[in-house]
Amino acid sequence: MKFFVSIIVTAILAFSMGYVLPWWSIAVTGFISGVFFMQSKLLSFLSAFIAVALFWGIMALYISNANNHILAHRISLLIIKKDNPYLLILLTSLIGGLTTGVSALTGRSLVLMIKKV
Amino acid sequence: MKYVLFILFILLNTAILFVLGSRTVLPLQLGKFLSVQEGIWQNAEPANIDFNATIKLEGIQGKADVYFDERLVPHIFAEQENDAYFIQGFIHAKFRLWQMEFQTHAAAGRISEIVGDKAINFDKTQRRIGMVFAAENALAEMEKDPVSKSAIDAYTAGINSYIDRLHSSQLPIEYKLLGYEPEHWTNLKTALFTKQMTNNLAGYDRDFEFTNALKVLGEENFKILYSDLPDSLYPVIPKGTVYAAQNEPLTPPATADSLYYNRKDTIHLAEEFKPNPSNGSNNWVLAGSKTKSGKPILCNDPHLGLTLPSIWFEMQIHTPEYNSYGVSFPGIPGIVIGFNDSVAFGFTNAGRDVKDYYQIQFKDDSKKEYWFSNQWKKSNQRIELIKVKNQTTVHDTVAYTIFGPVVYDKSFKTDLSKDQAYALRWVAHDSSNILKMWLLLNRAKNYNDYLEAISYFNVPGQNMIFASKSGDIALWQQANFPLRWKDQGLFVMPGTDSSYMWKGYIPHDQNPHSVNPAQGYLSSANQRPADSTYPYFIPGSYEVYRAITINRKLEAMFNATAEDMMSLQNNNYNVFAEEARPFLLQYVDRTQLTAKELDYLNSVASWNLSNDPLEKAPVCFNAWWDSLEINVYHDELNMGSIPVIKPERFILLEAIEKNTAFEFIDDINTPELETLSMQVTSAWKKASTHLNTLEQDDKLTWGKYKNTTVYHLLKTNAMAFARTGLMNGGGVGIVNATQHDHGPSWRMIVELTTTTQAFGVYPGGQSGNPGSFYYDNFIDTWTAGKYYPLWVMSVDDFSDKKVKWKIHFSNN
Repeated sequence: MKFFVSIIVTAILAFSMGYVLPWWSIAVTGFISGVFFMQSKLLSFLSAFIAVALFWGIMALYISNANNHILAHRISLLIIKKDNPYLLILLTSLIGGLTTGVSALTGRSLVLMIKKV
Repeated sequence: MKYVLFILFILLNTAILFVLGSRTVLPLQLGKFLSVQEGIWQNAEPANIDFNATIKLEGIQGKADVYFDERLVPHIFAEQENDAYFIQGFIHAKFRLWQMEFQTHAAAGRISEIVGDKAINFDKTQRRIGMVFAAENALAEMEKDPVSKSAIDAYTAGINSYIDRLHSSQLPIEYKLLGYEPEHWTNLKTALFTKQMTNNLAGYDRDFEFTNALKVLGEENFKILYSDLPDSLYPVIPKGTVYAAQNEPLTPPATADSLYYNRKDTIHLAEEFKPNPSNGSNNWVLAGSKTKSGKPILCNDPHLGLTLPSIWFEMQIHTPEYNSYGVSFPGIPGIVIGFNDSVAFGFTNAGRDVKDYYQIQFKDDSKKEYWFSNQWKKSNQRIELIKVKNQTTVHDTVAYTIFGPVVYDKSFKTDLSKDQAYALRWVAHDSSNILKMWLLLNRAKNYNDYLEAISYFNVPGQNMIFASKSGDIALWQQANFPLRWKDQGLFVMPGTDSSYMWKGYIPHDQNPHSVNPAQGYLSSANQRPADSTYPYFIPGSYEVYRAITINRKLEAMFNATAEDMMSLQNNNYNVFAEEARPFLLQYVDRTQLTAKELDYLNSVASWNLSNDPLEKAPVCFNAWWDSLEINVYHDELNMGSIPVIKPERFILLEAIEKNTAFEFIDDINTPELETLSMQVTSAWKKASTHLNTLEQDDKLTWGKYKNTTVYHLLKTNAMAFARTGLMNGGGVGIVNATQHDHGPSWRMIVELTTTTQAFGVYPGGQSGNPGSFYYDNFIDTWTAGKYYPLWVMSVDDFSDKKVKWKIHFSNN
C-alpha cells in the first residue's frame, strides 16, 4: 500500500514542482520521496522510478498522440536516428524514471546512514 | 558500508544529472530536452490546436484583431496602422521567432555564437563584406523618415512583446536543440534582414574569376567567352524600345591599358559563401487586352533557396488606409510581394553587377594607411569581435578605405601576398530607406503611387512589375546602378587613385522600363534588361532561356486565364536543349559508341524536351553538355589550377551555331587538332560512364536525380526537419526553375478583376515549428504544381466559416 501511495505522491510532487522548476526538479522530487517514504532501497528506487517513468511516459504519449506523432517522428529521427515515436517516448520515460529513482536511492541511503550513526 | 553506499549513490546521481544536464558527454541536455514539462514535448502542437486568444499588450493603440483561416494565414484588421505593424511583429515572432533571429544573426556574422568555431570563416566573411556597416547605414536613413521609423518601431515592439511573454518551455525547438535563448529584437535586425536579402540578390560577382580569365585568355578571347549579349536575347524591355543617348559617356582612365587590362598576376583567392547565382525569379503581367476577363493578370515566382521554415510568411493587413495581401518576410514590416484593392506588385532580380573590388596597397601589415592619390591615406579600422560558443572571442580587424571595407587580405586569406588586398565598393553599403518602398506600395492606388514608391529603392536591383485595376501595366528595372565606362568593374581595379572610382549612378529615369507596351504584356526572368541599344555599360549575371519560353508563350496567348498562368509557372520545357540537341545528335560519332551508350543516346533523341520528373533524357542531356563544356574550356582556362568560372551555356551553343570550328574546341594540350565531332563524342562517352553509375543507383530519372529537397535552415545538421525526394520537374533555364534545393519559393497569380482573384502557394507552411501540422503542409500542393485560392477577407467576413481562429488584441 505504502508503495502505491509513494508512487502516486511522488508523481504528483514531480508534476507540481515541474510546473515552476526546471527539469531537474524530478531529482529533488526523487530525493524527497526517498527521504520521506520509509521503504527498502529497492522499493524506494522502484516507486520513484515508476512514478516519474509513468508521469513522463504517459504525458509524452498523450501529447504525442494528440500531435499525431508529427514531432516525435522528427525528433526520434534526429536524436536516435530511428523514425520511431514510441522509442522516443520510451527514452523520455526511462530518463525521467532513472533520474528520479537514483535520486530516491540517494535520499534513502542518506536517511539510512544518518539513522545508524 | 552505509557511507560507501551513500557516496556511491550520490556519485551515480551526480553523474546522471551531469550527463543529462550538460552538453559535455552528450550533444544535448537530454534531461531538459526530453522533459515533458520543459522540453520538446511542449512543442508538439495538438492536431486540434486552438489559436483563439485575447492578448493584452501595452503598445496597442486601437481596435485590433487577427483572424486566421484554415491554412493559418493571419488576416490583421487594425484601426491604427502602427498597430498593424506591431501585430505583424508579434505574429511573425509567434510563428517564426527562431528563423528571424537566426537569419539576422547570419546577416551580422554571429553564427559562431550559436554553433561554435565551424562558422568562424562564415562570420568573418559577413563582417568583412560590411554587412553590419551596411545595415547601420540603412537604419540611419530609415529612422530619419518619421513614417518608416514609426512603422519599424512598432514592428520591433511587437516582436519584443512576444519575446517578453514567452515562457522558456515554449521556446522554438531549435533553441532547445542548440541550447540558447532569444535576445531582444532591434530595428537594426530589420535592417540586417534587408541586407541579407541584398547580399543574396546583389552579392554575386565574378571580379576575381574574370581577372584571372583575362590574364590567361587575353582581352580578345575574354570578350568572346564572357559576352553577356546572346543572339537569342529576349530583353526585359521589349526590343525596339528607343533609348535616349547617354549625356556624357564616361571614358576609361588613361592608365587602363597598363594598370587594368594588363595586370601581372593571377589572384589565388578561394572565395567562400558566394550567393547562389540562380537567385532569380520570373514575373510577368498581361494587360486586359490579352486576358479573358479583360483585366490585367500579374504573376510572380521568386527563385530562392528553398528552406524550412520558409523565407515567406503569407498574410493580409487591413487598416483604414489600405488592405494588402501577399507574402511578407519575417523580419520586416509590410507585404513584400502581393496586391491591395487597387494594384498588384512583384519582383525579379536584376542580376546587375553593383559590386566591384579595388586592389589596395597598404603601407604595412597594420593596415592603418594605404596609398591613394600619391599619398598615404589613413584607413578606418573596425574591430570585429566574433563570439564563439564555448571558446574565446575571435578578433578581426577590417580596414575601411575610401572605397569600402577591405574584404580580402593576407590576414584573412593566407594564399594572398602582401600586395594583394582588395577593398569592396558595393551599392549595398550606401544609405537608403528601401523599407519605405514597401510601406508605400502596400497603399499604392495607381501607377504614379508605384512610381513614387520605387524611387526609394537603391539595392538590390529588381525588375518591379506592376498592374492596376484601372488597367495599367508597367515594369521598371529599378535601383542605383553605377555609371560605368565600358568594361569598368569586370576586373579588379587599381585602388591607388580616384580615376577608377564610380562616378555616380545612372539617373533613375533612364533605368530600363516599359509602361503599357503595344504587345500587351511585360515579363522578366533575370535576363539582360535591354539589348545593345541601351546606351549604358551594364555588366551582370544574366539568365537567357527562361525568358524565351515565357515570351513565346505570352506572345501567343489570348483570352488568358489564371489556369493558363498556373500552367506557365509550372512549365518544364527546356529551350536550351531545343537549341543544343540538334548539334549534339548531328556531331556525335555513333560508330564509336557501345550498345549502352547508344541506348542512352536514343533517350536523348526521342525526348520531348520537357524536364519532367520521370524522364531520363534531362539527366543524360545535362551530363553531356557539362562534359562537352569541360572538354572545350578546361585547357584554355587552366581550370583547376586558378579560380576561374565557366562561360555561360549560351556562349558555346551560339558559337557552334555560327562556326563548328570554334577555336576553343581544340585541346591546346595535345598535338592533334580536335574537332567538334571528336569532342562531342568524347563528352558523350564520359557522360555515359557517369550515367551508368547513376542508373545503378536508380538515379537516372530527372526527379530522382534532382531529389528536390527543402532543407531546414540548419541544413544537413537537421535532416529530420527537411523534406526530401520531392518528385518535380524543371531546372535551370526552365520556367519551373526548381533545382535540387532552389527554385520557386512563392508562386502567385493575381487577376485584377473587380473582386481580385488570386492564387498562391509556397513550399513550406505558416508555422516554423517542426512539431506543427502547419510546418510543411503546403509542400505537397507546391510539388504537384497546384495553388490555394487567396482569401482577401473583408470587414463583412468576421463571422465567415473560413475564419478558424481569432486573436483579439487590446491594451487593457
